[in-house]
Amino acid sequence: MKIAVLIKQVPGSDSSLPIQSDQSWINEESITYVMNESDNYALEEALQLREKNDDGEVVVISLGPDRVQKVIREGLAKGADRGIHIQVDSVGVVDPLVTASSIANAIKEENFDLIFSGLQSDDLGMGQTGIILGEILGMSTASLVMATELSEGRIKVKRELEAGFFQWVTMTLPSSVTIQSGLNTPRYPSLKGIMGAKKKEINILTPEGSDPKQSMSKVYIPQSDKKTVMIDGSVDEIVDKLIETFRNDIKVI
Amino acid sequence: MDILVVIEDNNGKIHRMGLESISAAQSIAKNKDLSIGVLVMGANADELSNEASQYDIDEVLKLKNDILSSYSSDGYAEGIKQVIDQENPKYVLFGHTYQVRDYVPKISAKLMKPFLVDNLSMNSDGEKFIFTKQMFNAKLYSDMVAMGDGPLLISFQSAAFSADNVESGSASIRDISVTIDSSMVKTESDQPFQEEAGGMDLTAAEIIVSVGRGIGKEENIPMAQDLAKAIGGELASSRPVVDSGWLSAPHQIGSSGQSVSPQMYLALGISGAIQHVVGMKGSKNIVAINKDPEAPIFEIADYGVVGDVLDIMPKLSEALKEN
Repeated sequence: MKIAVLIKQVPGSDSSLPIQSDQSWINEESITYVMNESDNYALEEALQLREKNDDGEVVVISLGPDRVQKVIREGLAKGADRGIHIQVDSVGVVDPLVTASSIANAIKEENFDLIFSGLQSDDLGMGQTGIILGEILGMSTASLVMATELSEGRIKVKRELEAGFFQWVTMTLPSSVTIQSGLNTPRYPSLKGIMGAKKKEINILTPEGSDPKQSMSKVYIPQSDKKTVMIDGSVDEIVDKLIETFRNDIKVI
Repeated sequence: MDILVVIEDNNGKIHRMGLESISAAQSIAKNKDLSIGVLVMGANADELSNEASQYDIDEVLKLKNDILSSYSSDGYAEGIKQVIDQENPKYVLFGHTYQVRDYVPKISAKLMKPFLVDNLSMNSDGEKFIFTKQMFNAKLYSDMVAMGDGPLLISFQSAAFSADNVESGSASIRDISVTIDSSMVKTESDQPFQEEAGGMDLTAAEIIVSVGRGIGKEENIPMAQDLAKAIGGELASSRPVVDSGWLSAPHQIGSSGQSVSPQMYLALGISGAIQHVVGMKGSKNIVAINKDPEAPIFEIADYGVVGDVLDIMPKLSEALKEN
């Protein structure tokens, strides 16, 4: 069983997001980067599948500039066997067709049985790369997956639907599956894992991608048209004002 | 046809976000003299086509096919791809539902045409359309543009357009067909089911005290329970709190949980990611407390406090008990 896990390096949820003066993108120098949250769950699911089957290989793949090797190493430290870094300039790639076709060209000879990825990135939030990649490689696909079970050349996945509904879907392998956050408990790397990761291989590739079909013309801070009444002061003052608001304005006490 | 709207079946009725997509198409077509077709498919295509024909559109395309009688991502992607090939629309509109997220990227890959997702708006600058979407959990917006020829695949965020604004009319219904081989469908789907049936119903609550990641750790949950009790409300949460196992799934508000509209929604340490906001933005009064003054929850809050929920919660409970 060969499993690829697509990992994106994204700004952390607490990172500031200063916008470049030409509004083309954020200023990457002042950002703290982390592994995309749902990708972390995807990696854990792949590691658990390998452990359950007592056999197989987990390969972490990340596309981006050299800084993304940090999240590849993190994946290796958690237990992935090797890494693939698809080297591109970060700012250029916003189109999921470009991302997915580049990855497809890089890995088509690998013949993965499974590709896991997070359902969407916490930065651009396109939510398409894993599905497009599966389609290009002729794999079955499923999104928003909350559980996986392997049996006899097929994978059964629990898909999240809307309004609290779920559905089990059984698919033939090979399969590309996008993982929803919360389906497992991602592990932390052990000290031994961190040491061992340094010796694991990261293959750097520069495949061709398709021509971009969409691009970003401007990034900006949203302007709210809603008037928010801000309540400030010391904690005691805030509490007093909140009680007043609950009683006189919202009328719930 | 210029604009093709693909609507989703909600048990024989047009999914609310399908109506919103028709509303979007009408808004885009206005002043531009664009024609609108609405595609209905699946087991309930008859009912759906009758409903769609009562709106101000040019025609309804009714697609009946055994493979499409129930949903599969492979079947839907191939079926709609063939309709796009036959009808050659410039724009194909969808609501950004979970189902659309599952199969439309496959159409994008088949056609090598862009899927512009989860848009808040689609405005012409005179030459081209600008698509506005949220990024970084709604902290920033971006304007996207398509490159090259259409058709463009476009989805709209829930409530980007109002279903109440759909204009009525009378449209003809045309039967269309596609050819899909059953071997193309690589998935087998079981019946949808709900977990923890008989769980909490938060939709009737007048006051909801909802906690997010800002609560910090599981040990702080009783503090929020205490506050909910003191104010006579129900405790709820955003997704990360459920993902971490601090509260059970029925507490979750948002796109994958419950949708609520209480008299007061007290959002404690909730950043305001869109997946959460879609489930609570109909609340009559939103009061948000968050450490981060940039948190997007303040965009929709009626009352805001920049502060630490862990400092404010216990004192607020105490004060409520005294009152």
